[in-house]
Amino acid sequence: MTEYLVCNEADIAEGRRKVVQCGHREIGIFRIKGQLHAWHNSCPHRQGPICQGHIYPRVVEPVDKQGQVRLLQYDEADQHLVCPWHGYEFNLETGRCNGTDRLKLFPAKITVRDGALYVLL
Amino acid sequence: MDAINPTRAVELPVQEIDVHTDTRDILAHANTGARKRGFQDWLICDVDAHHVETVSWHELVEYIEDPVIRHQAMLFHKEKLGGASYGLNGDMGLKYQDVGGRIPHQASLREKTEPGVHRDVTLTRRAMQSLGVDYMVLFPTPMLTLGLHPQPEMEVFLGRAYNRWLIDKVLSVDSRIKTLAYLPFNVPAEAERTIGEFSDKPGVIGFCVPSTRHKPIHHNDYMRSYAMLEERGLPIAFHAAYHWQDQSLATINRFLGMHALGFVWCNMVHMTNWILNGIPERFPKLKSIWVESGLAWIPFLMQRLDDQYLMRPSEAPQLKKLPSEYMRENCWYTTQPMETTNMKALQLTLEMINAETQLLFASDWPHFDFDLPQEIYDLPFLTEEAKRNILGLNAARLFNLDPKPVKVL
Repeated sequence: MTEYLVCNEADIAEGRRKVVQCGHREIGIFRIKGQLHAWHNSCPHRQGPICQGHIYPRVVEPVDKQGQVRLLQYDEADQHLVCPWHGYEFNLETGRCNGTDRLKLFPAKITVRDGALYVLL
Repeated sequence: MDAINPTRAVELPVQEIDVHTDTRDILAHANTGARKRGFQDWLICDVDAHHVETVSWHELVEYIEDPVIRHQAMLFHKEKLGGASYGLNGDMGLKYQDVGGRIPHQASLREKTEPGVHRDVTLTRRAMQSLGVDYMVLFPTPMLTLGLHPQPEMEVFLGRAYNRWLIDKVLSVDSRIKTLAYLPFNVPAEAERTIGEFSDKPGVIGFCVPSTRHKPIHHNDYMRSYAMLEERGLPIAFHAAYHWQDQSLATINRFLGMHALGFVWCNMVHMTNWILNGIPERFPKLKSIWVESGLAWIPFLMQRLDDQYLMRPSEAPQLKKLPSEYMRENCWYTTQPMETTNMKALQLTLEMINAETQLLFASDWPHFDFDLPQEIYDLPFLTEEAKRNILGLNAARLFNLDPKPVKVL
């Protein structure tokens, strides 16, 4: 296993990212709700640069007691990473694809030691 | 933290892709995939890609033939505020393809381009390089609904101006960029004139009828155009699109639904008329290409028409075989957007359409549902020969292109 030094852990602020190349692989590290999450920069759909996509909250459509709908809303607690190639959306914390359990982001191992952030491959 | 001198990760120059990102950066993974699969030695023809012609509309209107309309158009762009394009109809603001900004390359490509080279040449070259494509066939984008224009003559003015502008500014500059020239089909005499005028122009390898239109393509008025194309050995393409003015789709409120059905429905209607009126019997050497409707609709229509035809052959007296047989022998199809969630269905579809000879790879770049050549290469049920045919050799035969790869990956 090789350790790749990325940056100081504190350099990645809430809602921000660092997308890095580690040898032949690309890894994106994101901070969401204070926690760091790392994913391979390869969309499970068609290997697009998922970690370089925009972040959007999940879109929900509340249904009232009469079964009617009026407005769309953002669920700010459920942040999605969106593949810039084709729009596939994945939960940034779990890697789960919005729409199917058949696709999931590929996780990467990271560790923090003495304030420094490392990717382990 | 450098005390043990660990291996350093390298920060990517593009952290987040947006509308200003260079095409080569957006498609860097595609280029890696092309190299990994050895596409340098494969002929790859992309039979359907796009540019946004309205970015250059101020240039294009200078090519309008009618001097009065040309003058009006040039003044329009010189003096009016706002982003409208002179004379162009369409869904205007109902353009939701970029999914609310989630897919930046669909929204806009605002990257820096090279001075002295037309923007569309530069962007097309970058896309070809990134995807590993030898030849790219360019289609317009907003003009694909010109067939619904309330002024038939405007389709003629703008379609002809587009052809002349594209040849002058783009096709003459790079022989790897091709087009199927715009046919102003609502005025049959002008369609014939267009075929006569543009057939031997650089980069023109056939003609395109945008499919969103309400004129029946089996009308007698079009037979002369079909005969002219057959005589010249040039294919006719029916390029799909959507439009919210179609009353049969008027209840749809989500763009997802409109895009899913609209891009298929127009070509299903035209194909039904094309086959049942015996156009392939009347013009057996005329090659029709059905563009940007995906593939899943074809098995449905084959079965549906075959079943109905056998019960009512008196209503299609020109047919000498099943509708599905014309569809797999006289018609060609572009791959994109290739439906892949059910691979068994895709495999059956490719068998039913005789993909080894009738299927043509298309990326549809830079649109949100674009496909990569590797989608064909990675299919587990195709032979290498079939993959090579679909990715380029079928197109080379259809368009009389040199089958030797010319790209440098």
